[in-house]
Amino acid sequence: MARKTRFIDSDILVIGGGFGGCGAAYESRFWGRDLKIVLVEKANIDRSGAVAQGLSAINCYMGMQWGENQPEDFVRYARGDLMGLVREDLIFDIARHVDATVHKFEEWGLPIIKDPKTGRYLREGRWQVMIHGESYKPIIAEAARKSASEVHNRIMVTHLLMDKARPNRIAGAVGFNVRDGNFYVFRAKAVIVGAGGASHIYRPRSVGEGMGRTWYAPWSSASAYGLLIPTGAKMTQMENKIVLARFKDGYGPVGAWFLLLKSYATNAYGEKYEAARFDEIKSLVGKYADITPMPTCLRNHAMIEEMKAGKGPIFMHTQEVLDTKEKEEIGWEDFLDMTIGQAVVWASQNTDPREKPSELITSEPYVMGSHATCSGAWASGPEDCAPADYQWGYNRMTTVEGLFGAGDTIGGSAHKFSSGSFTEGRLAGKSAVRYVMDLKGEPPQLDEAQIKRLEETIFKPLENYRVGRNEIVAGTVAPGYISPLQGLQRLEKMMDEYVGGYSTFYVTNEPLLNRGLELLGMLKEDFEHIGAEDLHQLQRAWELHHRILTAESVTQHTLFRQETRWPGYYYRADHPQLDDADWHVFTASQYDAKTGDWHMSKLPVHHIIG
Amino acid sequence: MPTYTDMTRCDGCGECVDICPSDIMHIDRVYRRSYNIEPNFCWECYSCVKACPQHAIDVRGYADFAPLGHKVRVLREEEKGSISWKIRYRDGRVKEFTFPIRTTPWGSIKSPSEYETPDAIGLGSAMLAHEPAALKVGKLPTLPPFGKKKV
Repeated sequence: MARKTRFIDSDILVIGGGFGGCGAAYESRFWGRDLKIVLVEKANIDRSGAVAQGLSAINCYMGMQWGENQPEDFVRYARGDLMGLVREDLIFDIARHVDATVHKFEEWGLPIIKDPKTGRYLREGRWQVMIHGESYKPIIAEAARKSASEVHNRIMVTHLLMDKARPNRIAGAVGFNVRDGNFYVFRAKAVIVGAGGASHIYRPRSVGEGMGRTWYAPWSSASAYGLLIPTGAKMTQMENKIVLARFKDGYGPVGAWFLLLKSYATNAYGEKYEAARFDEIKSLVGKYADITPMPTCLRNHAMIEEMKAGKGPIFMHTQEVLDTKEKEEIGWEDFLDMTIGQAVVWASQNTDPREKPSELITSEPYVMGSHATCSGAWASGPEDCAPADYQWGYNRMTTVEGLFGAGDTIGGSAHKFSSGSFTEGRLAGKSAVRYVMDLKGEPPQLDEAQIKRLEETIFKPLENYRVGRNEIVAGTVAPGYISPLQGLQRLEKMMDEYVGGYSTFYVTNEPLLNRGLELLGMLKEDFEHIGAEDLHQLQRAWELHHRILTAESVTQHTLFRQETRWPGYYYRADHPQLDDADWHVFTASQYDAKTGDWHMSKLPVHHIIG
Repeated sequence: MPTYTDMTRCDGCGECVDICPSDIMHIDRVYRRSYNIEPNFCWECYSCVKACPQHAIDVRGYADFAPLGHKVRVLREEEKGSISWKIRYRDGRVKEFTFPIRTTPWGSIKSPSEYETPDAIGLGSAMLAHEPAALKVGKLPTLPPFGKKKV
């Protein structure tokens, strides 16, 4: 099969068609009517990204029209939940715009559930509103399709391209078509990365077929970070991985059960363990234990300690709260809209939530920028209210000129969820339009040698397999190559055992981290010998590449921060206390792709909201 | 194997191949019908199940933890704007639910180009598209500049 090269020029290239990317496409078209906007996605934007399956709630909505909350309130909440360390300018910026986003979603046809008494959106909790969200993604994708000049589905973007003349300026991206194997070269004046965070960095609790039922989607392959890190973009808070307390095995959501249906959790002996462990938590983290609601990581911590003490299983008492048909429907729709696999678990195990409680458990860790966690790129803040050292150009531009981000890509701004990620995409989209207009037609220059080198690199796994396969009779064991799955499983095992996965109860220390880095270095070398038997496996190979770079970044950041800031997410056994004197700061890294060196530093946390 | 395809119902149309977010529904070269090539990368998201015109795709829960004998079946009707579920337990109990999925006709969303073209002042402001009207509060909240001393 002869491979062709496709060149695609654009003003703005949006990579990833999830909520961040769809918001970016919409907003850049609104402000840039004559611009060429290209959206590229490795799957199909109608069902891609973290919301492919749907959602049962919008978790970020202020309700300013009814005086329910102000953006400042949301900043205080997110800051408390992340134990004091967030980019308050970025969060304020999302919070002040997010209501307009949600109102557009409703106008577009998303069914938002109303409170029959007040006529307002039905609140699940203070920040969440309930939706009939099975078609949330196809609705948002429709808006994006009508905005972009071109949408290219099934293109796996593997690398970003830098300008030939100016080393810190973006010039585009390269990748390949997963169906026909053609090589794609995108040239763009501005690039907005809206790619996904990371599942499958850590060994999942289920390791057979069930490894597909990770909490975050298996297709969230860390491209948000794997694309940016090699450009030398400054990354922040990569150690701030998240662990989720969820229904066991199916990883069904718990928010509606706790907040709306007012259910509660106990240990196996009926004890409400969270309150009982308060003093112990306070001794670890001091004043942060007093934050209400209790930060997500600390609630995890209480559950983890309970499991260690042999008081599991932990139970959610669903049977206490499903006293009406209406409530039963809410409970089931919560799963059927967004985690159908949990409904499958209940049906298969004869669990009727009206009759008996269900087990909860803490998941394997994930790396993301949009949930109760904030890993990602260090970004320039909003022009009108960001502190001076938080802005150096255009809102949501990374430290690479012309490279913007949204959703999981941007660090420091937790609790974006779906509506906030779309809103951040809109912010990045408008900024990118301004950036392109300010350029006044000065196009980026592609580096032909760089592109040629990348083409060889991208397709090499096919060649590795073709050559190596001749050495063996049949099967999966070959001396010259490993498959993407074999590489992934090695990554997951080492991250689990050395960098605080579930098998060590999320504990690590400096010697473990250094040993992990040594083994990761060998895995990076072995990636040169990844064998892909077809284009699907070639996609898996490059997903693995993005995950390995991300894992290395996570390990470096975890090593750098010498404290335990988020007990319940991970523990540094050699630095078990929270340490505000030395570590009330953001961690930052810059990777040098030529030498493989990581440059670590601290960045200040400014509290702009009282 | 999370999703699987019924041999007699599948006609090989490829809708599932087009929609799968994980790129794991492929057409078997011998039988010319779809199958799940990588069950351990299946999220049980049901995108393919919902998209199949022949209702040929079903899910058998992950073998790691789901005992046999269950069914979670779905019918998604875009023109009606609803989705219906039928859940059969291992012990034979059945639950049925129907929920709305969209309140407007498919394809009815306006392109951003159909709105009035914004001016340079708008482009230079902190305002996003449709603001401040879409905020429903009159004006965009702002903060005083941080750390900039008044001259």
